[in-house]
Amino acid sequence: MYKIVRKKFLTPAIALMDVDAPRMAKSAKPGQFLIVRVHEKGERIPLTICDYNSEKGTVTIVTQVVGASSRRICNMEEGDSFTDFAGPLGQPSEFIHMSREELGAKRFLFVAGGLGTAPVYPQVKYLHSMGAKIDVIIGAKTKDMVIFEEEMGAVCDNLYICTDDGSYGRKGLVTQMLKELLDKGEEYDQAVAIGPMIMMKFVTLSAKEYNLPLIVSLNTLMVDGTGMCGACRVSVGDQVKFACVDGPEFDAYKVDFDEAMRRQGMYKSIEAEADHKCKIGLGK
Amino acid sequence: MKNKIPRVPVREQDPVARIGNFQEVCYGYNEQEAMLEASRCLDCKNPKCIVNCPVNIQIPQFLHEVEKGNFEEAARIIAMDSSLPAVCGRVCPQESQCEGACILGVKNEPVAIGKLERFVADWSCEHGVRFTAKEPSNGFKVAVIGSGPAGIACATDLAKMGYDVTIFEALHEPGGVLQYGIPEFRLPKESVVKTEIDNVKALGVKIETNVVVGRTVTIDSLMDDEGFAAVFVGSGAGLPKFMGIPGENLNGVVSANEFLTRSNLMRAYDPDYETPIYVGKRVAVVGGGNVAMDAARTAKRLGAEVTVVYRRTEKELPARVEEVHHAKEEGIVFRMLTNPVMVLGDDKGWVRGLTCIKMELGEPDDSGRRSPKPLKGSDFDIETDVVIMSLGTSPNPLIANTTPGLETNRWSCLVADDYGVTTREGVFAGGDVVTGAATVILAMGAGRKAASAIDSYIKNKKG
Repeated sequence: MYKIVRKKFLTPAIALMDVDAPRMAKSAKPGQFLIVRVHEKGERIPLTICDYNSEKGTVTIVTQVVGASSRRICNMEEGDSFTDFAGPLGQPSEFIHMSREELGAKRFLFVAGGLGTAPVYPQVKYLHSMGAKIDVIIGAKTKDMVIFEEEMGAVCDNLYICTDDGSYGRKGLVTQMLKELLDKGEEYDQAVAIGPMIMMKFVTLSAKEYNLPLIVSLNTLMVDGTGMCGACRVSVGDQVKFACVDGPEFDAYKVDFDEAMRRQGMYKSIEAEADHKCKIGLGK
Repeated sequence: MKNKIPRVPVREQDPVARIGNFQEVCYGYNEQEAMLEASRCLDCKNPKCIVNCPVNIQIPQFLHEVEKGNFEEAARIIAMDSSLPAVCGRVCPQESQCEGACILGVKNEPVAIGKLERFVADWSCEHGVRFTAKEPSNGFKVAVIGSGPAGIACATDLAKMGYDVTIFEALHEPGGVLQYGIPEFRLPKESVVKTEIDNVKALGVKIETNVVVGRTVTIDSLMDDEGFAAVFVGSGAGLPKFMGIPGENLNGVVSANEFLTRSNLMRAYDPDYETPIYVGKRVAVVGGGNVAMDAARTAKRLGAEVTVVYRRTEKELPARVEEVHHAKEEGIVFRMLTNPVMVLGDDKGWVRGLTCIKMELGEPDDSGRRSPKPLKGSDFDIETDVVIMSLGTSPNPLIANTTPGLETNRWSCLVADDYGVTTREGVFAGGDVVTGAATVILAMGAGRKAASAIDSYIKNKKG
């Protein structure tokens, strides 16, 4: 069992938790993910790793209420335990193989959408510690959904925030912010976009106009997360890759986003049916 | 005359009833049936059954005890050589091993050794019989990676020799393929798999789940930081193969591994569990091995009409005869000499069918197998909602990629000799990770051999 040692709500619908997992805390690297099970009959749910502390032996996760499983996670309290907590999984971000000298000479741009801000944070934190220059765009639906503003601000050079409704920061989408920066003549060696699949698709289309090298992190369906099932397969260039072991990060320009989005929704209709209680007495 | 007694038939769940549930198909023998069947053993001077058993169980010895009604003694004899008798009695291909070598089988039917092994194991479980005798602790720690048949056999032998053994399992339940691969109706998880794993734990073996070696820890960190004197890799062959044909990424195309993991490990067939599984109305299973039969029979129980598509003929089906027989009894349709060339999709990206081509068997190749060749212009479509690809598996490269000095061959299997000695000192390996996908019992045999090699290695080195 893996105990929650700290929990706080970042927004009314987004919870942050530090979970006691010493082995994982020691081996986790930026770009990786983990899998949790909330109870004995639960699903294996892939979540991004948001932070890790090898001294305390904790790994930080951030969850937003979107369905039954994520609601169950958010309802857990300090002192409660996850039945299972496995990882770190997937390949770390490629930049961890670069030296301090190389990274010190590079400038990165991160584009974080909604909950995608959580996995962006450990990458920015790591790059900052290695002396890289980093700008970050955080996009969210409304002010209430903006997370990690302060933490991110402390480890990047420029932080740009935009909201769909203009309730905080700039009004508009991350793609507009991205274009604005690039039009202004800002130059980056590498960009990384993490967020909903649809956002990553459009960031890719925008970045392409500027030939900006772009990495995306794919949140596909998974069962085991260790390369065993192939539920996470994605078309990358002319190859079929498993997001869990070959990814989750890929060259954005090679990813077939439309297929990835379709595959992501494979069990949605079934889930919707399962959650739906007929109000007129049909069905079981 | 012993050989005049016909083989005692084993009772099975009626096919019509069983396609509506996941309970075990075969009921097994009762005490009287077991004693009668065991009495058929001819007591050969040179028992070939023992030689043909990958773990060399003293078969005639245990059969005699069963015949006399000494079931506990029979269990003790089996336990000397096998740590998973309730599993092996159910899933071993006895027809090509012990029973295949039984002299009675020349003119009549061989002794039902598998069913008798199962009877003894189930009897021990019901009567709480457990064998935990072991040597005193020798203070050496050994790490076993993977809690499938190879790892369990290796850990059991090492624990009996007095080693301090920890098994690291990547998934949340121990058992490996016994847990995620083989369905409940062939191998009950609670009464059989869990019980046998509890027996291993009773020997003092520790099992740490959710540890992905190569990610959570590495072989180097286990040996250098955690003080393990040797490591056994029994991580299996878990990576599914696909065909590489158009349409394979449509919604509704899954690997047999995914389909079975959802149903077996995640218990998706049970509405109380959260993991979803989808079968639609019609399922096509591509492949002809035991895994294909398991996937087909699982889909049938989930309510689908199931067709197995195989590119050779029934004679070449790699699945056990018993599995094919059960599948047919359950109404699964077989389309032989048929190979998919494309998966057809609807406008929403879901599978609607499978375009196949007729095959014919050509001349035997160097390996003696007649290779199938497509018949030009024979394409036809099968309507289906789900396609399950059951084309075999290969070892996960994670451990090899994260362990310097550990070599693999061109099938990405670890290079190891007959005793599991790899190219890296102190690291041993056995089972599917070395051979590619094979059987439970071969993996157990490899695990046992490696255990004795690990024992000699540690004693020589640290003496």
